[in-house]
Amino acid sequence: MVSVATMRMSEQTAADTQVQPDAAAGAARSLNSPETTARIGSGVPVKASVENFSFYYGDFKALKSISMPVHEKRVTALIGPSGCGKSTLLRTFNRMHDLYPGNRYEGTIRLHPDNTNLLDPAVDPIEVRMRIGMVFQKPNPFPKSIYENVAYGLRIRGERNRSAIDDQVREALRGAALWSEVEHRLHDPATALSGGQQQRLCIARCLATQPEVLLFDEPTSALDPIATASIEELIHELRDKVTILIVTHNMQQAARVSDYTAYMYLGELMEFGETNQIFVNPTRKETEDYITGRFG
Amino acid sequence: MKAEDIPLIRKIIRRNKRLELLFAVAGLVALLIGVLTFVALFAQMAFAGWERITPEFFTNFPSRRAAQAGILSAWVGSLLVMLVTAVSAVPLGVASGIYLEEYAPKNLLTDIIEINVTNLAGVPSIVYGLLALGVFVYTFGFGQSILSAGLTLGLLILPVVIVATRESIRSIPLHIREAAYGLGATRWQVTRDHIVPYSLPGIMTGVIIGMSRAIGETAPIITIGALTFIAFLPESPVGPEFPWVNFEWLTSGFTVMPIQMFNWTSRPEEAFQQNAAAAGFILVLMTLAMNAVSIWIRYHVRKDIKW
Ligand SMILES: Nc1ncnc2c1ncn2[C@@H]1O[C@H](COP(=O)(O)OP(=O)(O)OP(=O)(O)O)[C@@H](O)[C@H]1O
Ligand SMILES: [Mg+2]
Repeated sequence: MVSVATMRMSEQTAADTQVQPDAAAGAARSLNSPETTARIGSGVPVKASVENFSFYYGDFKALKSISMPVHEKRVTALIGPSGCGKSTLLRTFNRMHDLYPGNRYEGTIRLHPDNTNLLDPAVDPIEVRMRIGMVFQKPNPFPKSIYENVAYGLRIRGERNRSAIDDQVREALRGAALWSEVEHRLHDPATALSGGQQQRLCIARCLATQPEVLLFDEPTSALDPIATASIEELIHELRDKVTILIVTHNMQQAARVSDYTAYMYLGELMEFGETNQIFVNPTRKETEDYITGRFG
Repeated sequence: MKAEDIPLIRKIIRRNKRLELLFAVAGLVALLIGVLTFVALFAQMAFAGWERITPEFFTNFPSRRAAQAGILSAWVGSLLVMLVTAVSAVPLGVASGIYLEEYAPKNLLTDIIEINVTNLAGVPSIVYGLLALGVFVYTFGFGQSILSAGLTLGLLILPVVIVATRESIRSIPLHIREAAYGLGATRWQVTRDHIVPYSLPGIMTGVIIGMSRAIGETAPIITIGALTFIAFLPESPVGPEFPWVNFEWLTSGFTVMPIQMFNWTSRPEEAFQQNAAAAGFILVLMTLAMNAVSIWIRYHVRKDIKW
């Protein structure tokens, strides 16, 4: 099995895609131009850059010309009031909107280092989904065994070797901090797990295929505080291995887990920056009001 | 709320409870009317035919003497016709249902097809018989055979299977689909690994409901010309010699349970009425057995599939 990522990298030389922190929100549209070689803070490369991206549900324009970077092996939080388009933006990253008729993309989302435009109609959404995994708001394990849930991504990639699947299932479950709880019941139905365990199983299911980016849409909103804490801890650990984008309604959670924060409002990106800066010293009044709970 | 309101509230609650009781009684009466009617019919049939239900009744061909007449050719015929019905209707119906639900583009043509499929379920069965007489019996030259009868009933239950398949697929939550697509599965992989297995109990239930309707159908079978008196069995579908199966039986003449019953009820002699009652009793048992299987599937197969 050859991962799509390595294939692509050998085809194209990696473009230099690093940006300056303060220029991030505004100047993101020039992100992929070769001369943009400035560095963010400690020099974090960009994994994906959203450029002038607009999205339509039929005639309704849900996202309006969004531009922002997604830094590699960092956690980027999307925050904003209900209905502002966070899920819409997140689901764009693995072309979920393609499943339903009438949706339309405008603009680009480039995935680095190969510079693939995820939204290009010529790019197969299946290729995009193989590179970018998604964890949903409600835990959604398949009504199959725990083992089969984690193995599924490998199976659809054509992996047949049993011991290879065994190994990767174990690794993924370890990565999702679930192994010790399920190692003796791998063949029990996944739906018998608790909500928090199910959500970690869904994370393991994504991890098994080693995605380049992981998307989380309010992954803890259906969980109790203890399960939430364990998921947050997990996200913290995963940060070193994979680029993470997370939608959350919980300001404390955004502050705890994320390195960068994007504040959205009515389909627009109001402010993007390092989480510290956004939370301590937001440049816009609206952001401050939202974060401090005066609004939203 | 003030303390002096409490008696008033209690009075209101009492009145509501009386209304509730009234409805419960009315519902129970309605239910009993249906159930008791069925039980009475069934019991009467069982009572009338009881003496005739002996092992010989199942192993004898029909006869001019009521006491020696049996349902051998009828139950074998029903079984073989049902086999053709299932083999033709299930793959066609399930594939159509999956296509309509998962693959078909949402446009006017699909809408028209959808409406027609639903309407087909309501077409009187004799119309199918007439159609089959023209198409299967004469045009395709299948003759008045088990094949023609099986295909006719297959056509009859096809809409039921399609509708059951679609409803069953629709009950799979969106987030399960999205989970599979999100991992990079193709439409076919999602269909094969998720849609079909999760909707199978529902599909099987639909198939059995369709089959239990088909097994009692008389009009279309008479229309295509089933024999009413038949004293031979079709060639056995499985044999002791290679290749162990043969398809001679498909072209054989045949009769089925409801036709055998109909034939006996039209005789003036009292003894044949007894035979008819006995055959009716067996037919109802066959239908009940099929429904029992579908209930078993619902409770035992479905319990592993939850979200
Ligand atoms: N399938 C759809 N068709 C039409 N409009 C939609 C659809 N899904 C979402 N919208 C609209 O798009 C806008 C953004 O929705 P989205 O779900 O992205 O919001 P959100 O920020 O994730 O909100 P929440 O925090 O409540 O989850 C909303 O105005 C919503 O009503
Ligand atoms: Mg949302």
